Amino acid sequence: MIDLKNLVPVIGLEIHVEVNTASKMFCQCRANYFGSEPNINVCPVCLGYPGALPVPNIKAIEKTIRLALGFNCRVRRSFKFDRKHYFYPDLPKGYQISQYDTPIGENGFLEVDFESKEKVVYKKFRIRRVHLEEDTGKLLHEGGQTLIDYNRSGVPLIEIVTEPDFHEVEEVVRFVEEVQRLVRWLDISDADMEKGSMRLEPNVSLGEKLLSGEIKLLDYKVELKNINSFRFARKAVEYEIERQRKIFEKGEVPKQETRGYDETRGITFSQRKKEAEQDYRYFPEPDIPRVELKEEFVEKIKRELPVLPIKERRELIEKYSLRLSDALVLTREKRLLDFYKQLLKELENEKIEKLPQRLANAIVNKKVKIEDWDTEKFKERFLQLFGKVEEDLVLVEKVAREVISSFPKAVQDFKKGKENALMFLVGQAMRQIRGKAKPNTVKGKILEMLRS
Amino acid sequence: MDILGRSALSLRKSIKEKRVSLKEIYEYFLERIDKYNSLLNAFLTVRNDFTKPEREGYGYGVIASIKDNFCTKGIRTTASSKVLENFVPPYDATVVERLKKSGGVIIGKTNLDAWAHGSSTETSDFGPTKNPWDTTRVPGGSSGGSAAAVAAYLSPVSIGSETAGSVRLPAAWCGVVGFKPTYGRISRYGLIAMASSLDCPGILAWHVEDVAFLLEILAGKDKFDATTVEKPVEKYMAELENYPKRMRIGVPKSYLKVVKKEVEKNIERVARIFEKFGWKVEEMDLMDPKYAISVYTIVQRAEVASNLARYDGIRFGFGRDRFGFEAKKRIILGNFVLSHGYYGRYYEKAQKVRRLIILDFKKAFEKYDLLLAPVVPSEPLKLGEFEKYPFFGEAMDVLNEASSVAGLPAISLPSGVDKNNLPLSFQLIGPSFSEKLLLQVGYKFQKETEFFGMREKLLKKYP
Repeated sequence: MIDLKNLVPVIGLEIHVEVNTASKMFCQCRANYFGSEPNINVCPVCLGYPGALPVPNIKAIEKTIRLALGFNCRVRRSFKFDRKHYFYPDLPKGYQISQYDTPIGENGFLEVDFESKEKVVYKKFRIRRVHLEEDTGKLLHEGGQTLIDYNRSGVPLIEIVTEPDFHEVEEVVRFVEEVQRLVRWLDISDADMEKGSMRLEPNVSLGEKLLSGEIKLLDYKVELKNINSFRFARKAVEYEIERQRKIFEKGEVPKQETRGYDETRGITFSQRKKEAEQDYRYFPEPDIPRVELKEEFVEKIKRELPVLPIKERRELIEKYSLRLSDALVLTREKRLLDFYKQLLKELENEKIEKLPQRLANAIVNKKVKIEDWDTEKFKERFLQLFGKVEEDLVLVEKVAREVISSFPKAVQDFKKGKENALMFLVGQAMRQIRGKAKPNTVKGKILEMLRS
Repeated sequence: MDILGRSALSLRKSIKEKRVSLKEIYEYFLERIDKYNSLLNAFLTVRNDFTKPEREGYGYGVIASIKDNFCTKGIRTTASSKVLENFVPPYDATVVERLKKSGGVIIGKTNLDAWAHGSSTETSDFGPTKNPWDTTRVPGGSSGGSAAAVAAYLSPVSIGSETAGSVRLPAAWCGVVGFKPTYGRISRYGLIAMASSLDCPGILAWHVEDVAFLLEILAGKDKFDATTVEKPVEKYMAELENYPKRMRIGVPKSYLKVVKKEVEKNIERVARIFEKFGWKVEEMDLMDPKYAISVYTIVQRAEVASNLARYDGIRFGFGRDRFGFEAKKRIILGNFVLSHGYYGRYYEKAQKVRRLIILDFKKAFEKYDLLLAPVVPSEPLKLGEFEKYPFFGEAMDVLNEASSVAGLPAISLPSGVDKNNLPLSFQLIGPSFSEKLLLQVGYKFQKETEFFGMREKLLKKYP
């Protein structure tokens, strides 16, 4: 008998990411199909025409290696492609070129940071494999008809498979967020779940936590499909855990199956019962010779790998005492973090108290707008708000007087009660003062003169 | 001008010297096709209108027929299957493109066993091709249409394809030269795949120099076929006459064991001729070819099943219901050997034995420059006889499978006729990328023997 109190979720993830190379995986067609008229970016190869042959895209291989390294995987120096057979109208050749027993990356992990009781905790989730394959076409169901768009057929696709290391929904969501961040960080994909350039398929089951701490699994798992946003990922997994718990409560065991997520009703529904393991009849792709990587090729990718976001955040948190939430925003994009770091350096001598936190806060909460990634502009405004300014009061008085005599109309408007006119005068004065006084000081001086 | 039986090269010369126009020669062949194709059924599609080649390059003046499993842009390509009865490819196979770019012209598409599944051209969905020597007999296959077209001089040269013997066997049974290069020497792009790890374009002609010439045009790395090699293409033509004065040729005993007495005697006869050239010929040991049958059958069926999965009738052609019996049998067996639980027992094991076959040849070529062997165990069979054999093709190609599985180049050469006036033949198998040597030896043999007047003899029937 299973003690219901000891039931814990056990979740593994399969994540697909479309690679942002210029051309497709095995032909010269454009890989970016988004927004294209149907069946425009196609050729004999990606349409599976008789006689057409695949030639692997080295850029896609390079990006897969980069991601595998980002996941701390062992990278194979010699691998092959394999044919995975199944019949579906969106799969033109009747097989997908994938990788079966020689994935490019294996046995890695991704570390993720969480906020827990005011503290940042780190957890590692194991990555079983990272491999490269091709995407399928897209089926469109319209007015009782099914149409096929092959623009997506043959787009390079990376499959990431984790170990079943997740026991809470929050872990899943944070992990997937981190994968998305890493993939963007390494310029592999825009990883947009809504657009389908990142797809998530969680495998959810409940297991019994034994006294030893081990989790005993029953002989089933449920694969979830059609999840196309982070919000739905959370909801689908939460719903599925509860659904399975209720089955256990009835004294039954959930069935092994594939379930889709219905976003309007917020439920999962059965799509395909897995009676037996599907037989894909894998065999080595004879059209593509085994890929043998030169050591220097891998070394170069390794060398050029940027510092990973998790490491950057650790530094932000430990060295600059940033909050995790701010560090997360700053590491959303490499460009943003570089911007922050550059400013930090440039503002070093301004003697601003708690500069790293203030600067982070200004960026994260958009207190100062970032325009064209221009550090000069940003710095000026930031200093106006937070800087210690040695004010030139003589200059302030001189400029205030000039402004009042130069803009008589604004002065009149102010006297009629228009507050905006004052702001206009302050603005004009600030332009001439060029940072040698704070706006409040200038405003006070002008006001004083107008009232006198 | 007398054209009958002349090599493509000599016709090209006459065209260059303006003794005759390309169009006139083209029309000469059209007339012959018109006259004899209804009897032989060598062509499935004929291009009745002459179109000038794009360029007057190296291959200008060459008129070729192409086996109907090579995609030809704008010309129907069926692989002799009703599934592709209406298929007009939007692109040219690399061999077709290279031929056209060099100035060559395609006169038509030749018959084959449907999907190249067979060794007699009888499984064609568009009727069998007949052997020009005796039209109650098969031409061999699967490039039977190409072999018959060349033999009866309906086109001076033809591009065929081999998976295991599909160029050599019909060349042997039709009494012409058949050449299969090393796997990876000529691009497979646009060749409708049968078994991808074995498929190889090949050349059929009456004259060895035509083969050398065409190979120069077709061979070389192709960015559309990842299995082609970077190795530079040799000057086969320029060095055609520089045959080696000393050579060691091995005759595998195991290959003689499976052939008819007359076939064996013919090999002995050829060996004597070679000895007269100053070459050393001796019997040697090579792995029994029966092992190659199993390896070949398993690998080929697996790849066939996979390669035929795309014919769903959605994007081109008709649906799967049009597959013939032979294709269905192969799909079922292929899927079986790849099935979960059987993969290790069949496919994986076959690949291991494949390695052994490759090593066996490697060892042989440490000692011998070339191997001399029969192409096929018997004379051309009567139409319909293939039905007696459940694995007809595999049995007929027993002497070609090992070298195909090892990816080796080979040339099949005619060597006279038997008492029933049917062609005799032999093949030479060389180590990887020994194309030049094979052509030199073939050319020497042709020059010395004139193939015993076979061409003149046959063409008397097709004046």
